Amino acid sequence: MNNIKAIFKREFAAYFATPVAYVFIVIFLFLMGVFTFYIGAFYERNQADLEPFFRFHPWLYLFLIPAIAMRLWSEERKTGTIELLMTLPVPTYQAVVAKFLAAWCFTAVALVLTFPMWITVNYLGAPDNTVILASYIGSLLMAGGFLAIGSCISGITKNQVIAFVVSVVICFLFLLSGFPLVLDFFRGWAPQAVVNAIASFSFLTHFESIKKGVIDIRDLIYFLALISFWLYANVVVIENKKAG
Amino acid sequence: MTEKTEKPVIEINSLVKHFGPIHAVRGISFTLRKGEVLGFLGPNGAGKSTTMKMIAGFLEPTAGTISVCGYDILENPIEVKKKIGYLPEGAPLYGEMTVTAFLNFIADVRGMTGKSREDRIEEVIQKINLQSVRNQTLETLSKGYKRRVGVAHAILHDPEILIMDEPTDGLDPNQKHEVRTLIKEMASEKATIISTHILEEVDAVCTRAIIIASGKLLFDGTPAELLAKSTNGKLDDVFREITTKFHAEQGMLLAS
Repeated sequence: MNNIKAIFKREFAAYFATPVAYVFIVIFLFLMGVFTFYIGAFYERNQADLEPFFRFHPWLYLFLIPAIAMRLWSEERKTGTIELLMTLPVPTYQAVVAKFLAAWCFTAVALVLTFPMWITVNYLGAPDNTVILASYIGSLLMAGGFLAIGSCISGITKNQVIAFVVSVVICFLFLLSGFPLVLDFFRGWAPQAVVNAIASFSFLTHFESIKKGVIDIRDLIYFLALISFWLYANVVVIENKKAG
Repeated sequence: MTEKTEKPVIEINSLVKHFGPIHAVRGISFTLRKGEVLGFLGPNGAGKSTTMKMIAGFLEPTAGTISVCGYDILENPIEVKKKIGYLPEGAPLYGEMTVTAFLNFIADVRGMTGKSREDRIEEVIQKINLQSVRNQTLETLSKGYKRRVGVAHAILHDPEILIMDEPTDGLDPNQKHEVRTLIKEMASEKATIISTHILEEVDAVCTRAIIIASGKLLFDGTPAELLAKSTNGKLDDVFREITTKFHAEQGMLLAS
């Protein structure tokens, strides 16, 4: 536990010791605003809710989260600090979990900073705040899913560009696995049960269902299982590199 | 200089490491006792760094065993890592951290707490002469200071075993002298392994020397014994003789 805390602290502080955190947060908030007000037509809809705001989260995350995750392991490999980290008396899984949690908390900070949106909608009308809260939680869970994928991919390569591009593609497939783009590929030959299973892997399906205001235990389990799976894969990847 | 009856702290048996088709280490065995300073010599690409990385637990051996203070490195990697202070080649550091923040991070992970932890960090900062840069970020430090921070991180938990990969590489003569003095000061309480290209260094700090080339152990003895093999009293020449002779034999073997 102490190890996780120590590495978490170091990682979290590292975001704010470099311009990474500030650039990310500013871009994140700026894009959120653009999407919500212009593309999402927040005012024109004349409805007191944050649907136009949350609707674009999956798409923003698709590019912004891999950008956060790509440095997690690639950078350590590139600069050689991974040799420091892995020769400290810390089990690999603890290092993986600590780094993931630091990145996740960082995205949580960015997400919390969108609070003026919430204030605005409460000022203009009387929205259902439980729906908004559920949407925030759903959004954070989804961000965790994207991050876990990105962290695992980052462990494979010391090239951050490769880590970014591969993560975006995999996240994209997970995002759209409930859509014809992905499903048509399987429909021709796979049994219906398999197609249904793939469809149920979609980030969007689960996020949409949480966004309605009810946090179903199945959606919760889905995201937590997804995060656990990718972090486990991340540990395997890091351990395998040791065996060279 | 040490009692031979004492159990060795490091025991290495037929160590082998392959990276795909490359055989980096091919059956190295040796032991190390407390108080010894082992100089690891060999041409570039001989397998020195790979061997040290395996002892430090960064790489897993393909075959063979490494036992540190009675713990097997594959069965008990965490216990082994607790015993070792390791300075990787080039002393990589987290550039955005300050010297104090970095040492505090290492102390956290090493499980150091309370007053003794504060005292120890302070003691190491004094010992390694880092007072003037303690609040500077690591990326702004000169090469010599970076190396010193690397050394500070390795000795912070007062390990029984110190492994340093080219600790004086790229330092100016004064800095080299400082690092060597430091190693000598700590030597009696620890088992130390350093790798180096500089043969005078072996004479200056090591109680024992090992020469490896192409992943094989070619010589294991005291610097004096190594020197005795020479005809003209120059370590450089003995080194060249041993390693080139081996390479020539290898070439003949491959050709036949």
